[in-house]
Amino acid sequence: MSFVEKTAAQLQEMIHTKETTIAEMTEKAFERIEALEPKVDAFLALNKERATQLAKEMDQVPFAERGPLFGLPIGVKDNIVTEGLETTASSRILEGFNPIYNATVVDKLREAGMVTVGKLNMDEFAMGSSNENSYYKKTKNPWNLETVPGGSSGGSAAAVAAGEVPFSLGSDTGGSIRQPAAFCGVVGMKPTYGRVSRFGLIAYASSLDQIGPITRTVNDNALLLNAISGYDEKDSTSANVEVPDFTSALTGDITGLRIGVPKEYFAEGVGEAAKEAVLDALKVLEERGAICEEISLPHSKYALSTYYILASSEASSNLSRFDGIRYGYRTEKAGSLLEFYMNTRSEGFGDEVKRRIMLGTYALSSGYYDAYYKKAQKVRTLIKKDFDDAFEKYDVIVGPTTPTPAFKIGEIMDDPLTMYANDILTIPVNLAGVPAISIPCGFENGLPLGLQIIGKHFDEETVYRVADVYEKATDFHKKTPQTWEGAAQ
Amino acid sequence: MAKMTKEEVIEVAHLARLAITDEEAEHFADQLEAITNAMELLNELDTENVEPTTHVLQMVNVLREDKSVPGLDRDLVMKNVKEHEGGQVKVPTILE
Repeated sequence: MSFVEKTAAQLQEMIHTKETTIAEMTEKAFERIEALEPKVDAFLALNKERATQLAKEMDQVPFAERGPLFGLPIGVKDNIVTEGLETTASSRILEGFNPIYNATVVDKLREAGMVTVGKLNMDEFAMGSSNENSYYKKTKNPWNLETVPGGSSGGSAAAVAAGEVPFSLGSDTGGSIRQPAAFCGVVGMKPTYGRVSRFGLIAYASSLDQIGPITRTVNDNALLLNAISGYDEKDSTSANVEVPDFTSALTGDITGLRIGVPKEYFAEGVGEAAKEAVLDALKVLEERGAICEEISLPHSKYALSTYYILASSEASSNLSRFDGIRYGYRTEKAGSLLEFYMNTRSEGFGDEVKRRIMLGTYALSSGYYDAYYKKAQKVRTLIKKDFDDAFEKYDVIVGPTTPTPAFKIGEIMDDPLTMYANDILTIPVNLAGVPAISIPCGFENGLPLGLQIIGKHFDEETVYRVADVYEKATDFHKKTPQTWEGAAQ
Repeated sequence: MAKMTKEEVIEVAHLARLAITDEEAEHFADQLEAITNAMELLNELDTENVEPTTHVLQMVNVLREDKSVPGLDRDLVMKNVKEHEGGQVKVPTILE
């Protein structure tokens, strides 16, 4: 069964009319995953036995007790811990790690009745924009198997684009949900920082990390965010704010809505196709009553440097817990305790992780702390203020998600700065902590492009409303990759 | 412009508890120098009177109620520990 063209509502309809059962749907999901994985390589661990058993039990639950996501399959990014299901964050240092509890979001998926079918590949510890930094495998972009799916939630975006699962969870620290969603032609939302609990998310940069949903449609995305949002006493940075029903924001009405279009998001380095696709999208939104005006987010060009200093600093601290003693990989070559730590970490971490740990250690070291870390924290204030100022006059900010569509595997692997530049349009959002979505808005050479809609703190509703209006007015989200014609349907 | 030397990379790697060969140190030195040079861009900005942002939400002193709650089961906690004995984590020898 392909989930490519099926929404949550349609899948529920199939179950309610007895056209299928949850058990059968789960079985078909695994059939499709097994047929496509040799090409796509999105999954790390599969949860087949437990999911199959769970699906059978769920078929016994009366319809009246079921919610809109009940019984539907979902894949989870591998930096989100799942009890009894191997969780590695795509790192060798966590090979064989078997969590003893669930992340809060995983418990919430279970409460919503969703069936976790497996864990999805990513860049090691969510550091990367192409999934090439995974220790285990390179996920391919379903639209063109020679190109990357984006990253770091590349497996999460590719699995949804390939119709292996209708839903997945990703995490976004500098664009790690939105960039792969754009590259794979699916819908990816980074919620407001604090909207979703990070308890059980393996930390990369704690002041920026946020979990969010990846789906085929805006409505399904809103449904999934409904399920995972909310205050959690186990995450002291989760926000104790009311969670609205995000689907009720999809009114179809954007009359008089004010859209700011930052000129910096159309600057040098942003491809012509990406610019044109966004300008076309703005026309669509204007035709439906929105008012678009050019604005400036003057500190945008400083975001990339600010991000790499802050994220690397936080990472160097967060990843110090991997010492080979309490869990994870441990070296066999050590004379002294110091050698034990150093060899364990050198053998366990990949190059990009080492680069960021060293960069962060350097930025935090005495003599450089003020020049790098503190400076970056101050510039973060300026970047955040850009957004605060813009949102005094505008309801949302719209621009491209990425400067270009997906690039070829191996093309920029050994050039960190060029790789980092992929995230120039997504990083400012994390620094400001505001929510943003990427939705499909066009193609360049057969590869999808993403439209980014950014909202005010805790105003995912307006973001979804605009995204939904655009989606209903266009058919980009209905296009599907054709790379595996003849594979299991 | 900061020049990142091989020796500096070896020092930083040591602080971060990463073993590193001379060859790797040279490779990383080039890359880290390019990255830190790109970061010098921030020096264009006058941030003299700007407060640093550590966190985007205004939260202070997030405390839970001072009440004991059961912790994790000890045998369960040992599940991912490579070496343990009598309910305790076994660590490498630190004193000869």
